[in-house]
This record gives sequence, C-alpha cells and structure tokens, in this order.
Amino acid sequence: MSGAPTPGQNSGIDFLLAPYRVLDLTDERGLLAGKILADLGADVLQIEPPGGSPARNIGPFYGDDPLPEKSLFWWAYAANKRSITLDLEQKDGQSLLEKMVAEADFLIESFSPGYLEGLGLGYEHLVKINPKLVMVSITPFGQDGPYSNYQATDIVGMALGGFMYLTGDEDRAPIRISFPHFYLHGAAAGATAAMLAHTYRVTSGQGQYVDVSCQQAVAKTLAHAPQIWDIEGAILKRMGVYRQTSGENRVRINWPCKDGYVNYMVQGGTVAYSTRALLDWAKEDGLETAELDALPWEEFGYGAINPELMDKLSVPLGAFFKGHTRAELVQGSLDRRILLFPVATPSDLDDHAQLEARGYFKEIEHPELGTTVKYPGAFVKSGDGKDIAGIYRRPPLIGEHNTQIYQEELGLSSAELQTLKRNGVI
Amino acid sequence: MTAQQDPGEQLAGKPLAGEQLAGKPLDGVNVLDFCWVAVGPMTTKYLGEYGANVVRVESVKRPGTLRNAAPFKDGISGLNRSAYFASYNANKMGITVDMRHPRARDLMLRMAKWADLVTENFTPGTMESWELGFDQLKEVNPKIVMFSTSMMGRGGPMERQPGFGPVLSSLVGLTNLTGWPDREPVNPYGAYTDFIVPRFAVAAILAGLDRSRRTGEGIHIDMSQLETTLHFSAPVLLDYAVNGREQTRMGNRDPGAAPHGVYPCAGEDRWLALGCFTDDQWAGLQRTIAPDGNGWPYNPDFATLLGRKANEDQLDQLISDWTASWESGALMETLQSSGVPAGMVNDCRDLFEDAQLQHRGHFQWLDHAEIGPYATDRSEMNFSVSPGSLDTPAPLLGEHTAHVLKDLIGLTDDEYRSLEEDGVLE
Repeated sequence: MSGAPTPGQNSGIDFLLAPYRVLDLTDERGLLAGKILADLGADVLQIEPPGGSPARNIGPFYGDDPLPEKSLFWWAYAANKRSITLDLEQKDGQSLLEKMVAEADFLIESFSPGYLEGLGLGYEHLVKINPKLVMVSITPFGQDGPYSNYQATDIVGMALGGFMYLTGDEDRAPIRISFPHFYLHGAAAGATAAMLAHTYRVTSGQGQYVDVSCQQAVAKTLAHAPQIWDIEGAILKRMGVYRQTSGENRVRINWPCKDGYVNYMVQGGTVAYSTRALLDWAKEDGLETAELDALPWEEFGYGAINPELMDKLSVPLGAFFKGHTRAELVQGSLDRRILLFPVATPSDLDDHAQLEARGYFKEIEHPELGTTVKYPGAFVKSGDGKDIAGIYRRPPLIGEHNTQIYQEELGLSSAELQTLKRNGVI
Repeated sequence: MTAQQDPGEQLAGKPLAGEQLAGKPLDGVNVLDFCWVAVGPMTTKYLGEYGANVVRVESVKRPGTLRNAAPFKDGISGLNRSAYFASYNANKMGITVDMRHPRARDLMLRMAKWADLVTENFTPGTMESWELGFDQLKEVNPKIVMFSTSMMGRGGPMERQPGFGPVLSSLVGLTNLTGWPDREPVNPYGAYTDFIVPRFAVAAILAGLDRSRRTGEGIHIDMSQLETTLHFSAPVLLDYAVNGREQTRMGNRDPGAAPHGVYPCAGEDRWLALGCFTDDQWAGLQRTIAPDGNGWPYNPDFATLLGRKANEDQLDQLISDWTASWESGALMETLQSSGVPAGMVNDCRDLFEDAQLQHRGHFQWLDHAEIGPYATDRSEMNFSVSPGSLDTPAPLLGEHTAHVLKDLIGLTDDEYRSLEEDGVLE
C-alpha cells in the first residue's frame, strides 16, 4: 500500500516502539493492550476470526448503523492496527500462526484459560518456535485459581475488584461506571506487562509468558481503602457526591448548576484563597456569606470541615452554583483562581481549550465512508511537543491486510490464498 | 524482519540456558524519582517491584502529601506512620534534599549521571525552575530518559492548572458517566484516574528506555493525565464526534444485557452483581431460581432479551426479591456453577478474604519500622521467568540519604558532611 500512513511521518522521529511486531489475538477484553503498543509505534497485527472480531458487535455504531465495520468500540481500540483473519481451530490456521510467531516480538491474547493449549498453541509450544517471544494473557481472574473459569462481565469484575462497593449513593446499590472499565484496566496492564517482559528480553535474550488478572488490576485502583481495613479495621463506604476527609467529616464534591454539574471541594489551608474567592463571588450575587467569611480558612487542615459546617456551606454555595451555567462557573473560576472544574460531558471535551492547544484530537480519514473522524490522540508526547506516539491509521477492515501479510510477507501464492479463503481459514 | 532487529541480541549475547537465576526485568535500571502524591508513586512502585533501583527525592521541609494522609498506625499521625504512603512506596529508597538550596542542583546532576531515568509529576516548569529540565539533565547524561506527568500536560493555556485526585474524574467525563439516571452524578471512587494512568506510564517509560538503549539518545516523555485517561472512554468520545450523542450515566444497566445490575443479599449492605447477555446465561438463571421449570422466570414476557429489556424494572424487582435471602458469596458460587456471570460486591475486608486474590497473592505484608507489618498490593501480572517482588517497606523520611549519596554515587565522607552541614540534605 503505497502512501500508507506510518508512525512518525509528521514528527520526523520514529515512534518509540517502531522496530517491534505484535500479534494481537485479543477480543474486546484485550484490545487496548495492543492499541497502547500500536500508539507507541509497534506494528500490531490484529488477528480476527474469519467474519471479524466479536468486538465489532459492540456499539455505539457510526450513524447508528449496527455493522461490523462501523462499531465505534472497534474503531477506538483497533485503530493503528492492521487486520488479518485466521481460523485458529483449523490446521492451516495454526500453521500460519506458527509462521508468524517465529518472526514476532509479542503475542497478546485474551481467550479463556486453556483455550490455546487445547489447540496446541499454548506458550509451551510457541516458545519452542520462538524462545524470544513475549506472550501476554489477559483474563478476568488469571490462568488458574478458584475463579479462573468463572464467567465474568464488566459488572461482575468491577464488583469483585472492590470498586463498586465504594462507588455510588449510600442509600442505593453500589454502582459501576456506565462505560465498561473492567477489561480496560487489565488490558492496560497487559501493555505494561509486555514492556516489562520486553525489557528483560533486551538484557537476557530470553522471552517469557505473563499472566495478567483484570480483577487484581481493578483492586489496584482503590487508593488507601484496603489499608484502612488493614490498619484501622474499618470498612470504607460509598458516599455519593461526598468524599470522606477524616472520621465523620466529609466534603461535597459535585454540585448541580444551571445546566449540569460542577466539581468543587471546599478546602482551607494552602488553598484557602480559592474558598475565599468563591465566597466573595457568591456575595456579589447577593448571597449571605458573612458568617462563613469570618472563619479562619487559612488554618483549616484537610479534614477540618465537620458535617455542621458542611451544611452551612451548602446553603449559599448550593444556591450560587444553581444560579450559573457550567461555562460561566468555569470561566469565572479561571479569572478568580477558584479550584472549580466542570463535570464534563463529551461536548465539553470536544472543544476543550487545553486539548485543542496541544492538538490532542486527530482527524483520521475513513475513505470508505467519505469522511474524516476525530479520534483521541497520543497519550504521550516528547517534552518539546513532538509526536513520539499517537494515532496515524484508521481501524482496519476485516482481513484488510490478508494479502499484504500472507502473500507478500509469508509468500503464499494467490491460489493458496484462494484455497484458504474457500475453506474458511482466513 | 522485526525479530532480527531485536536489540537483545547485540546487547546481551546468548540467551541464558536452563535454570534461571531469578533476575528481574529492571535489574540495574537506576531511577531518580521526584514523584509524589499517588499517580507518580504508583508508577515508580511498578519499577521498583520489577527490580529498578528507585531513589525517591523528598524534602524534610515539605514532606509529600501522602506522608500526611490517613490511615496512620494506631490512628496517630506522623511522617513515617501513613500506611497510604507505605503502600505506594514499597521497594524504594528515600533521600531528603532541600531543592531550594543553592547546592541541591549540583547534587541532583550527580544523581542524574547515575540515573537511567528521571521521573517527576510536578506542575510543568518546576524542574526547569531548579535548572534541572531535560536539556540540563541531558548535558550530563546524554542517554537519560525523563518522564514528566501532569494533569493537563506541558504547554497550552491550562498547563499550570492545579488539581488533585477527584477533580480529573470530573474533567475527563467519567463522573458524568457514573450514577443513577434520576440523580446527580457521583465520582468513581477516590482519585480514580491516578490509578488508570500508571500502566500507560510504565509502558511509555519502558518504550523510552528501549529507544535510549537502541539509539544512545535520551528522550523527554510528557504525559497529560487528562489525555491518557480519555482512552478509557474513547468510544464515548467517538459517539459524540460522529453521532453527536452525549452519553450519560445509566445506573447499572447495560444496553446488551438484561437482567444486568446489583441485587441485595442477606446481611447489611451485601450485594451481588450479575448480568445475562446470552440466552444460555438467562437459562442458567432461570434454572437456579426455579429448578422445576415453573414460576415467574418462565413468564413469556421474559423469554427474549428484547422482552427482558422491555420489562427490566419488573425483572429487577423480582430478582431482588429472590436474592434478598441469599448469602452473597454462596449465591455467586451457585450462579457461576450454572454459567451465569455473577460476582459478590466485595468490600475491602472481602478483598482480603477473596479466594482468587489470595490465590494470586494480591496482598503482601511488609514489616515497617514504625508501622509494623502492613498490607500492600503487588502487581497484577505473573511472569514465568522474571517475576517481580515487594521486599522492602517504604523508606522512612531520609532513611537512605547517606547510603545513596555515599555508596551509589560515591560522595566522600567530607563531601557528604559538607552537604549535611550546609543544610542541603533536609
């Protein structure tokens, strides 16, 4: 494909992982791992079952048209990759995979434990073909142990990882984030694991196998909540729009405003200036703040606001926020040095001044649709603002690169390719 | 081909044969670590766990936030008593340096000659204000990799925007996606984004180190936590970009499943999460609730997924009535044995008792001079050849100053004494 986009063509710097190839056998549970490596510049071959990855069935869809080439989930986590199709359950498919493994640096998979071994494609076999191979498995609970064969979906994993108990309103059931994160945590850890094993390979010459648990990945998002049990014997609870600061004391984080919500944590001490500026603004609106102004905010430590004071604050502040739009509050807070932030919606992010200034979103051409699409961009840049990672290629069509890989690289003839297609191998 | 370009070949000669001498991936990698609070220390904890020599630079005059954060041993605050700090700083050494002292810069440049990697998460410009920006570090160590992460990234109108934990969840749009549709949004628990960023960070850092090894050229990596976290909602952003839709919170519902939610169990604040995406999963639930094949689960209204979706409120109520008498762990096991994705909502005590987390050795205990034995979590990855380990508790403030400066970078006794007398090591 002449003129195909390549990483680093705009910055003149090769992306960080330019020399390496990844075989990505994951489905929706692991796509992000390969995406992270692809964004860093690795050549990632997404190996899909004939007919396409099940991740292509996950909405939303472009134009709300539920077709496999229009899944926005797929777009988000398969962009930058190339796609080949391969039936791993047929002998020819297995043989082709082995050929690719011989030349690959990484293989990432997210099948149920034991699936690849059952096909004779487990690590013990693949390492004989390529002793330098780094193979990463991403599963809900790990390869063995009492839950290893449990059925897991996002909500099950977020519950067992300890996240949900701590999230939500105290008078209702625990809650998950409405966009699934369970597998994303594990998949991101898969990229970390791949790079750790790669670093070992660089110094030892030896590859290895890494087994990643999504449940553990989620359990690592809980800050100090496990330590509160370990050290104090207390079980931290969810508290809705509030955040615990110490003992019984809590401060409100989210407040309704005229057209949505904003985030403001009342604090004193080193950021007393912010609370004072907010109270001044509320006073300009004619709200009664004299009693609150008189408090020694500069002397208040992190956990100093008790429930009684929180109630008092909520009256003028609650009224103040409700009297303004999100945009007014955000702009006014910038002008007045108030530590207030929007509870952002997608449209807020779409034209966010900082993201625009850093050129975060990238327009990527989708020629088949006759349009360009605005994608989230690089998660790292160089310190002087150059591209060393990021998005440069639209997500692949099903098997789009079959000819490129099987014929041009592995040397299959077009007749052989036809045979494989006829038999559903590719 | 990519395999031939593997730098391990040139750097390390022959692969090790047979039994491994349990080396770690990052053995011999030296890290000068200015990170503080949570996002940076979680990042460098991975590095320490996998073998890097991590030296944290702290200040007596301005001890880091987490040293002052609960929970404390016996509830008594103290700079060496926080289990929160202790958890995120295992396997690191600690030195104290007054960075505002005129002699601090030269000392840090000597450390930079020793280091392969410098990490920091200050407001952009802080390292430069000490004349320790990347260009200056590179002068003394051309191969050095510098990793900087900040809330908004370097450059742009908001680069210096202060922020802390829960703010970014709101700013990045995750708060808006969390909560009940009839209520205000709530923050995902804690400083949630701080625990998303580190896995991307470690992958990028190791990619930078790999490039430095291959090219002999250092690099400065800049990571915006906002831009990184947006990859955890990329399909939501695409939905806005192409369809103009603003996704919002939907409680525990999922467009692809019914039932899908969290249901009350016996006891106080005990819950079970479950979701049925397929007919088989629903059939498993039907069988468990009504093994004789009669009763409400067989109501024709619930026979299809679309039917269950249309009657989801009623379905949720019936399931809640049924789960309420079950013990959550027993119900999880029962449903899983029928092929239904189900998981108890683990609170923090449950996490310590969770059979799978125990199987994985998720929590490990380290013995700390002032705290005593305390729990910390190990990584979510199991390596077949070069596992990580957590061996040493977090450093006491300044515990390793003499060791690092004399033994690792070779200061003479006289040089060390002079720095001490001048108040540089505070």
